[in-house]
Amino acid sequence: MRLVVDLNRCQGFAQCVFLAPDVFSLHGEEALLFSPRFDEEHRDRVEKAAAACPVQAILVDYSDEPTKRVESHVG
Amino acid sequence: MTPDPISAQIIDYANRADPYPLYAELRKTPVIREDDGTYLVSTYHEVRSLANDPRLSNDTSNRLPGYARTGQPAEETGLPPSFIFTDPPVHDRLRDTINRPFGPPHSPRFLDDLRGELATVVSGLLDAFKGKDQVDIVEDFSYPLPVTAICRVLGVPREDEPRFHGWADALASSLDPSSGGDNHQEEAQRARQELGAYLADLIETKRRHPGPGILSALAPDMTPADLEATAVLLLVAGHETTVNAITNTTLTLLRHPDVLERFRNEPQLAVPLIEEVLRYEPPVQFIPFTTALADIDVAGTTIPKGSPVWLMLAAANRDPARFHDPDRFDPDRKDNEHLGFYTGIHYCFGAPLARMELHAAVPELFRRVKFSGLLEDPPPYRANAVLRGPRHLPVAIDGLTA
Amino acid sequence: MSADTDVEVLRRQGRIVVVGASLAGLRAAETLREQGFTGSLTMIGDEPYEPYDRPPLSKQALLGRARPEDTALPRRRDIDAEWRLGVAAEELDRDAKRVILANGDSVPYDRLLITTGTRARPWFHPEEAALEGVFVLRTRDDSARLTRKLAGGVSRVLVIGAGFTGSEVASACRELGLDVTVAERGPAPLVGALGGVIGAVADRLQRKHGVDLRCGISVTALEGDDVGRLKRAHLSDGSAIDVEVAVVSLGAMRNTEWLVGSGLAAGPRGIACDAGCRVFDVNGIVTDDIYAAGDVARSPHPLFDYQFLALEHWGNAVEQSKIAAHNMICAGPERRPHLWLPMFWSTQFGVNIKSVGVPSLGDQLGVAQGALAEERFVAVYGYRGRCIAAVSFDGAKWLGFYEEQIASGAPFPLEYRTVDRRTEMLQPVDPAFPDPHLPTHGATVTLTGHSPTERRVEFVPAHA
Repeated sequence: MRLVVDLNRCQGFAQCVFLAPDVFSLHGEEALLFSPRFDEEHRDRVEKAAAACPVQAILVDYSDEPTKRVESHVG
Repeated sequence: MTPDPISAQIIDYANRADPYPLYAELRKTPVIREDDGTYLVSTYHEVRSLANDPRLSNDTSNRLPGYARTGQPAEETGLPPSFIFTDPPVHDRLRDTINRPFGPPHSPRFLDDLRGELATVVSGLLDAFKGKDQVDIVEDFSYPLPVTAICRVLGVPREDEPRFHGWADALASSLDPSSGGDNHQEEAQRARQELGAYLADLIETKRRHPGPGILSALAPDMTPADLEATAVLLLVAGHETTVNAITNTTLTLLRHPDVLERFRNEPQLAVPLIEEVLRYEPPVQFIPFTTALADIDVAGTTIPKGSPVWLMLAAANRDPARFHDPDRFDPDRKDNEHLGFYTGIHYCFGAPLARMELHAAVPELFRRVKFSGLLEDPPPYRANAVLRGPRHLPVAIDGLTA
Repeated sequence: MSADTDVEVLRRQGRIVVVGASLAGLRAAETLREQGFTGSLTMIGDEPYEPYDRPPLSKQALLGRARPEDTALPRRRDIDAEWRLGVAAEELDRDAKRVILANGDSVPYDRLLITTGTRARPWFHPEEAALEGVFVLRTRDDSARLTRKLAGGVSRVLVIGAGFTGSEVASACRELGLDVTVAERGPAPLVGALGGVIGAVADRLQRKHGVDLRCGISVTALEGDDVGRLKRAHLSDGSAIDVEVAVVSLGAMRNTEWLVGSGLAAGPRGIACDAGCRVFDVNGIVTDDIYAAGDVARSPHPLFDYQFLALEHWGNAVEQSKIAAHNMICAGPERRPHLWLPMFWSTQFGVNIKSVGVPSLGDQLGVAQGALAEERFVAVYGYRGRCIAAVSFDGAKWLGFYEEQIASGAPFPLEYRTVDRRTEMLQPVDPAFPDPHLPTHGATVTLTGHSPTERRVEFVPAHA
């Protein structure tokens, strides 16, 4: 699973760190670090964290669409 | 006869069960001035903007003379205010210190480690439903869980609860603007002293014999007076808010059988559902203790320096300018940036604990208990307009699964 | 198919090509689908990877808390695109409306979006740049290489340039316990973005965390050993230091070379476009089928005297690409302007630095809250008597307020009382930018509305 935090929106409320400490952490008093990829076992906690974010800054995957590649052809 | 000012109507107990029509009325004037010079702000963007405005103070001693100085102990007591009633830099220093044993960056797993215990408490409470055909959700479920949790967090003996229950109640009532009467304030003052004395004793013991909980951890880093004020605040807040959040969730679900039915089949609905209740029925309805430090222009009105300002969170959470169809309880709502726990630097300190309790309590309650309905709707409410919630929530039940 | 009249046909069966498969390109593609575009969508990217997030590459990744290859961006929705990854666009043929790829393929379009972004500015001396141990940091591969090298243990790291990326690298190295020298040509770290007053705070932060910081110094040469490994750096003060690793952090270059000869107004400063993201041609005439967004675009911003701003900011890529996508499939009157207030963040030495507005336009600076000495404050920049920017160090919760002040053209200095207002920095000072912009012309502008659809420009008279 992929996630990203919009750190322009993030104000360091750290609710995500409380709820999913394996995926989010604080660096100093306010700066947020996150794991951009997380395992299925953390899914439930990441969803709680994303829902709890007071500024709704956490985006979790809404799609598992494969990246359909076009093979280049000689031409 | 002139109608009562709208604040009096909000405080009027007759409107406790359903204050939302009043809030809708209030939103027609986003910033309204009462005759006594108090300003009520009720629309989402304005509340949010003021909550983040450094010209707004939580220290009520900045109010002009004659206004209530909520949260500021009388000078002769020599007591400091608790951190919620202070501004930076004092506020930031206190809150950072108190957060040290409680949350990240220093203790990111302190609350997470309590989850197992919370689950055990929930199981025990629900086991006791066995053989009953009706329970009071407040007395039998929503109240005991947060009390146990806050005692555990602070390191206060759970068995002392009968001693401090009354003090906590009296103190919570003093937040309510209707408690202006001398009797009430005296009672609150006495409760503050007695609870303070109880906690000061406990803190002194912990200073000598550290044990689990954050009071022990904080004892070396805080003055006894600051730590006592903190302990009083957290014990009261831990008592008087989460109980409403759990009860409100139960009540709201029982009023929405369609959502309840879905919830039974989709347990993962708990996550958005809990956030939606925090928007729809926030446990803290408004913040009546802020003060303008300067003239503030908002929504075409100037709030003069020194004025008391009430931020109406529950009204803002139902502002149609921010939330589509706001009076609809909709767990599928996207972009639910509600103000149920306030925002800005005074964002609820206990919010993560409250959420963990809700997550421990709500799915398990509805998984195990088969409800057959509300026995009283609306249920009887507590007097408090700020920390609003049912006093009792009698429900009929029709079985319990393991 | 003509541009505006057949918008409906375009939305149903047009061919949209996005060149640049990173954050801006991905968010644009999602917006196109979200808004009902059902035609064909082709994503072209020179890197072989699906879109990934760059900010973690200089933070979590270096600290070993996230692998560079795990930074793929989450998707807001399915986009049903054809991806051509690992092959760069090499040429644009506007007459034939097609993009020619490095492998000779050509991809026709009805609408083209250019989000080719930037790349790291390489070390100026190619042979020295090729030494083992000399790094830049921009891509996933760059980050993976540097992370591997640092994890292997190195004696000393030299960071060349103390902008945001360089400072973040230095911070991560210190946290990993590595010795670090930072060489900065200017008088202080971050001086170009935030000025010398705030730069002095960044300077103190670096030294407090054990960085060997050398300002007013440039690196004149990198010296290798017999087998081509970096061993020493020579500095402009005549000294030399032994280093195993040098991280070149001298800013970014815009990826516009492939557009040479296309007739578009594209060059080293970016691709000029209007506030609706439509690209200008070299004659200054706006095209109607070619759009640009993200780091590579430069567009006029009404809040800043309509100066063309090119913003290498994550948030700008997100917001501008949504506007570009919307406008690509709309008729004229429904198009929206990109009025986003510039914003960025940086995490270094345990401090969260955030900025809103354009600090480098500031001619005055005042500390609104907190204290510089405590490394926890909000500083506000003024420009001709109004608020133009604000920077916070561990004060992010306040920044929204100053954003509103900037957007409404509030007067500077701030004369009202706030919480945590200290007395020592009340008097505005020169923010000490090395190369201050000179003010140009008159009317100021206010941004209004809470959602993008409501955002429109409103003119207000200039302050006297």
